[in-house]
Amino acid sequence: MACSLAKVLPCETRIPSSDWDCQTERAEQMKYQLKINGEIRSVDVEPGTPLLWVLRDELGLTGTKFGCGVAYCGACTVHIDGYPSRSCQTFIEDAVDSEITTIEGATDRVAKAVQAAWREKDVVQCGWCQSGQVMSAIGLLTENPKPSDEEIKEYMYGNACRCVTYLRINEAVKLASRKLEA
Amino acid sequence: MTVQISRRGFLIGSAAGSTALLVGLGSNGVLAAAGEAKLAAALNPFVRIDASGVVTVILKHFEMGQGTSTGLTTLVAEELDADWEKVDTEFAPSDGSRYANLMFGLQGTGGSTATANSYMQYREAGAVARDLLVRAAAQTWGVDPDSITIERSILTSGPHFGHFGEFVELASTLEVSSDPVVKTPDQFRLIGNQRLHRKDNSNKTDGTAVFAMDIKLPGMIYAAIARSPKFGGSVISFDDRDAKQVGGFIAAQVLPNKAGVVAFAKNTWSAFQARDALSVEWDFANAESRSTFEIVSAQKALLDHPQFDVNHDISLSSVASTIASAPRKIEAEFTFPFLAHAPLEPLNCTIAPTKSGVIMYDGCQFPGLSHPTVAAILDLDPSQVEIKTLYAGGSFGRRANPMSDYNAEAAMAFAVSGRKLPVKLVWSREDDLRGGHYRSQTAHRATIALGAEGNITAWDHRIVTKSIMKGTAFEPVLVREGIDSTSVEGIAEGLYDIPNHAVGLSDFETAVPVLWWRSVGHTHTGFVMETLLDMVASETRQDPIEMRLAMLDPKGTNQARMISAINLVRMMSGWEEGDKRGFACHYSFNTCVAVVADVSVNGKDVHVNKLYMAVDCGVAVNPDIIRAQMEGGAGFALAAIYRGEITLTDGEVDQFNFPDYELLRNGEMPEIEVGIVSSNAAPSGVGEPGVPPTGPAVANAIFAQTGTRILNLPMTKAGFNFV
Repeated sequence: MACSLAKVLPCETRIPSSDWDCQTERAEQMKYQLKINGEIRSVDVEPGTPLLWVLRDELGLTGTKFGCGVAYCGACTVHIDGYPSRSCQTFIEDAVDSEITTIEGATDRVAKAVQAAWREKDVVQCGWCQSGQVMSAIGLLTENPKPSDEEIKEYMYGNACRCVTYLRINEAVKLASRKLEA
Repeated sequence: MTVQISRRGFLIGSAAGSTALLVGLGSNGVLAAAGEAKLAAALNPFVRIDASGVVTVILKHFEMGQGTSTGLTTLVAEELDADWEKVDTEFAPSDGSRYANLMFGLQGTGGSTATANSYMQYREAGAVARDLLVRAAAQTWGVDPDSITIERSILTSGPHFGHFGEFVELASTLEVSSDPVVKTPDQFRLIGNQRLHRKDNSNKTDGTAVFAMDIKLPGMIYAAIARSPKFGGSVISFDDRDAKQVGGFIAAQVLPNKAGVVAFAKNTWSAFQARDALSVEWDFANAESRSTFEIVSAQKALLDHPQFDVNHDISLSSVASTIASAPRKIEAEFTFPFLAHAPLEPLNCTIAPTKSGVIMYDGCQFPGLSHPTVAAILDLDPSQVEIKTLYAGGSFGRRANPMSDYNAEAAMAFAVSGRKLPVKLVWSREDDLRGGHYRSQTAHRATIALGAEGNITAWDHRIVTKSIMKGTAFEPVLVREGIDSTSVEGIAEGLYDIPNHAVGLSDFETAVPVLWWRSVGHTHTGFVMETLLDMVASETRQDPIEMRLAMLDPKGTNQARMISAINLVRMMSGWEEGDKRGFACHYSFNTCVAVVADVSVNGKDVHVNKLYMAVDCGVAVNPDIIRAQMEGGAGFALAAIYRGEITLTDGEVDQFNFPDYELLRNGEMPEIEVGIVSSNAAPSGVGEPGVPPTGPAVANAIFAQTGTRILNLPMTKAGFNFV
């Protein structure tokens, strides 16, 4: 199998040294079909590639963010079959039979309420964690439309924010809850 | 194309062929002599108003969450009386001649200066544009300019009305007024407006905001770097046999400076996998190989023999006899660990070839340094380098690196890749936490002499830390006679009247790179100073607030501001004599912040219930962003003082990822009430000043509850758990 970049450009334009050419392909690329945001998307990637990098590097769905790679910060949160999941620890093979929703596809009533609340409360600072925060908040309010303060903190614990916007996140979740009730 | 330059250096014009009014900064008349095509390219404005009436504010500062994209926009929109919903933002290109930070002399964001240095510049740019639009409308309608008012981007005079866009063409041909008249504070509608929303809160909640890591270019290859496991190591050789087993791996190459081996791959995941599979032999001859306990011992030993007397008039030896003969003394030694900034978007940037050179896509905090660095590494003229600034997923100081470290790495990677394809360099979280450029490990020792009445009679203060500024472009300004001002700021030039206050400093030498970390030297000096004053208050049975007020001379401008902040937080918190809460205040980045911390302690379990924070930052341009920065600054400080530390074993970093460098989590954040001192003085910074007083306020509260002083950070060292 030819070097995968050769599909894009001839090998000699890629790299200065001939030693570098096309010596790599060990793991065979595989074709996978994913159901993302209501569409079927096909990708060619190595087995074992985390969904996060499929979304970001292959499909251009860069609203989902990379923060730690070990499912510890929540920046990469997407919904898999309706539940918030860490895409950095979800391997492509495990995602093929599922419905995946990313921030780009978060358009239902709960999502709209959450995003509107986020804007009203001016939650964001740097913004890198916020797609993940919003996806988790949508998950929370879908499961539990009227969470208590303690339930919000517990549910959102796994989404780290280095700018420390938690007070506003929790206010926004409560505001979104009220919007949904109305 | 017409271009004019006003007496105050503003330059206006309309871009050829398109009707848009541009207001920017001229460079002393040179531009006017150039040809029209050059002028169009050279006219890098602050404000652009197009024919549809949309105002675009060009931001000379980047946005890392601190709110500057909203702040600078507020200043322009205020003077224009623009409709907030019809104002867009755009990051400026790299151009130090027009977009320099007026406090640095080069283009860059840091030191909580973005609003402070831009306050008049962006307002005047808005005022120039307003004046031109008003005169154009007056001429069009045949009315007196004074009869025209503006409401939400609509100009009105009697029966006449029209939006900005209708007048931009004529406006761009009018003569620029020699002195733009800015509003007086009583005319402000947007500055100080409590209900103005952030400009970046829509695209950051639907995933459409473009950060540097979101860039993907045709043919782009991805790079990850294997760096020395010990700081200061260099590559001897490497073997990529295992990397070749990684699908998507392209090649590996030693960086020209031998600081690492770069693995190229067809996507980020493969680049990380291939990099991890490289086997590298390192030369550790010049590397740091000590463990943290050895560094602590070495720093403490240096406290005995300070290298520099910071205050010329009061040397350590001159206060020795007063201290030796004092009836009472307070002595304390403090240690602070290395800390990583850990912005949530790991460091990354992309360098791509252009027709004339390269373009770098980056959440670029210091174009003024990154630009020449990248040009030099690639042996290009700076004019061949473009920088496209994108949103940055946090920084806390990390992206503003005097060495432009990750930009330089990307340039080297681009060079060894053959310069034909775009190269995106990405750091993993492990790279970030183990990659250095930390807040310096630091030690302090203080001996305070007290007189018979409990008054301070002399103070011997010693600091050991690695200099941030030596060897950087900032050395000429910030290092005087060997003393790095950022090593001693907050101790040597505080607001308090302290008699016989002698300060000694020793530079600590280590190959571990250190860097400014949100609030720089104040990260440790604020904690030390405010803990020591609490110790004095406790020892001499004084109220900690009253004691500090007595040490602040109200005739001093900043002392008076601090007194206002202290009085405000005292009122907000209902502070009483014998209060069992903690108090601290600190002046940094020309801003005063006073904090009262309310904590509950149950055995070794500490819960911070509430922080009251009062801030004097001059005129409050965006009050809600000031509150957000106080909240964020406090939370950032709490994560550090609770449990933040980077430690070394035989020179290698012990931490790998967030599981062993825990950020503050949702549920750990105390309630926070922020009060802003009302002021019409020029604005000062808010991004950093919330950090320094938060830690000592909590430590002083823990002392008030338990009698235990916390002198070594993080607080977990004292056995406390934070629940």
